[in-house]
Amino acid sequence: MWLAILVAALGCYALKLAGLSLPQRLLANPSVGRVADLIPVALLAALIAVQVWSSGHALTIDARAAGLAFAVVALLLRAPFLVVVIGAAVVAALIRLV
Amino acid sequence: MSLPALPSLERSGIIRDAVAVAVATGAYGVSFGAVAVSSGLTVLQACALSLLVFTGASQFAFVGVIAAGGAPLSGAMTAILLGTRNGLYGLRLAPLLQWSGVRRVAAAQILIDESTAMSVNRDSVPAARLGFLTTGLAVFVLWNAATLAGALAGTAIGDPRTYGLDAAVGAAFLALLWPRLAVRRNQVVAVLAAATALGLVPFTAAGVPVLAAGGVALLAGLLTRPRTDP
Repeated sequence: MWLAILVAALGCYALKLAGLSLPQRLLANPSVGRVADLIPVALLAALIAVQVWSSGHALTIDARAAGLAFAVVALLLRAPFLVVVIGAAVVAALIRLV
Repeated sequence: MSLPALPSLERSGIIRDAVAVAVATGAYGVSFGAVAVSSGLTVLQACALSLLVFTGASQFAFVGVIAAGGAPLSGAMTAILLGTRNGLYGLRLAPLLQWSGVRRVAAAQILIDESTAMSVNRDSVPAARLGFLTTGLAVFVLWNAATLAGALAGTAIGDPRTYGLDAAVGAAFLALLWPRLAVRRNQVVAVLAAATALGLVPFTAAGVPVLAAGGVALLAGLLTRPRTDP
């Protein structure tokens, strides 16, 4: 576990420093720009899907999906970040309560 | 430092915004601490992630893979892949911040979503630097304090699912993703990536589905033709 934490820390730091240090013309390369833009989109979407609809190796629908639905509505209404996050937690907790 | 000083009004405005952003992310840090501990990390490990990795989405991804039973190193790989966007932020910010040497090495650690958002739109180097530093440092302090508080609370409150904290993580990722969904191509990639990940969940080790989704981004970026993307 500690090794993984160190690897993650070094990797993430190296990316930050590289961004501040690499020549600007990298951004001019359209492929680099597109991939760099799309990676967070794909990873965040995948993380949401796995986080909300899976348990171990099974696909599931439970209170987490209701929490996510709340988040969608809150974001459509331009609610602040904290309202989105705490609201989703409250919705899921309430559903588990009943 | 022979740059002109900022007007005090602009200065205090930037500092006020930085504190507001830091308080919001600090509250989010509490849930990171609690989720990390419930995923099987120790309090010390949770705090080490916040101090050393210091980029929220990557940290949540790391503990998410661990919680799902994945290998710690595949958690680290997911975290690093997600951290690539900080590199992109750096490329955009470098000409605005104009730091070199030791200052750049130190600044890199606080190069995150929030510090970028609070400096990328400034119209002068001093304003960009102030926005970057105040936001980055304020978030750093509160994020780490909040992680410790959350991790300690997490050991005390028991199962975080009772409080819906597992649902909060998905919602937080969605809030980060939301602004990027304004572009049609991103919507398509997001759906494909989510479908790819879910399709792999039953057959692969935890952590692999999310990494495979990174491959979707790579393919989409290399194969699509640039059109009228912003």
